[in-house]
Amino acid sequence: MEANKYLNDISEIRNMMNRSSRFISLSGLSGILAGVYALIGAYFAYRTIYFDGAEMGSYKSLVISEYAVYKLLIIASSVVALSIITGIFLTVKKAKVEGEKIWDQSSQRLIINFLIPLVTGGVLILYLIEKSQFSLIATLTLVFYGLACINASKYTVGDVRYLGLTLLLLAFLSLWFIGYGLLFWTLGFGVCHIFYGAMMYFKYERK
Amino acid sequence: MKNIIQNINKAFDHRIRLGIMSVLMVNEFADFNMLKELLGVTDGNLASHTKALEAENYIAIEKQFIGKKPNTRYMTTKLGKKAFQEHIEALEKLIQKS
Repeated sequence: MEANKYLNDISEIRNMMNRSSRFISLSGLSGILAGVYALIGAYFAYRTIYFDGAEMGSYKSLVISEYAVYKLLIIASSVVALSIITGIFLTVKKAKVEGEKIWDQSSQRLIINFLIPLVTGGVLILYLIEKSQFSLIATLTLVFYGLACINASKYTVGDVRYLGLTLLLLAFLSLWFIGYGLLFWTLGFGVCHIFYGAMMYFKYERK
Repeated sequence: MKNIIQNINKAFDHRIRLGIMSVLMVNEFADFNMLKELLGVTDGNLASHTKALEAENYIAIEKQFIGKKPNTRYMTTKLGKKAFQEHIEALEKLIQKS
């Protein structure tokens, strides 16, 4: 009887510590869907780079026409926009079901700490694009997205940390395979998101 | 056994006080509304428990204004951190024993 009370106390302490410092309503399902969008986007990007380019006379080389660059930008921003919309929608839904507040100190802290490395990387990459230094872009997007995940993981479920570490590993690998950026993007943003999203989904959501 | 019981701190022997301390252990500070929402208690109830913890010197209270709105922030003191840590350790030991 007494021991039961102490056990309740301990679990109450742990619960309060987690709820007050971490935003735990993050939806794993949205991670899976973001991964699926990335795979679909990668397919269109692949066709754009390797087939549309060939029609214009450059045989399977990575000389990308201006038209293809615009198409790639549209594909990339559609994937990002769809992922963010899905993520917000599913996370809000999950928070409602769990009776958590969606816009409080913990979610704000999560977003701010996720954005710091992401915006830093974004600015750097835009600079490189402007200077036509394309070779490291795939690696750097993975690096900064990975660091953003690791930084954000202190304020949400811990699994996000391992997603970040995996992305960093992929980024280092991609250094030896410059020119295969799309492949590493697909692995990182597609396959990793699906894998860790599914892990979170089965761990926290499916009951 | 007697020693462990001594470490069970009476000041924390209440669900709300336990909650307040837990939140403050992992956050630099928390304001009144944040605590209220997290713990799901009324204003008066929360105020009386924070006063009790303050009287023990376990938490510090800081009143300030954000714009024109008064804002009360709470944070743990060094003494409070130590006492709460000992309380948790005592709880764990008691659970292991039984």
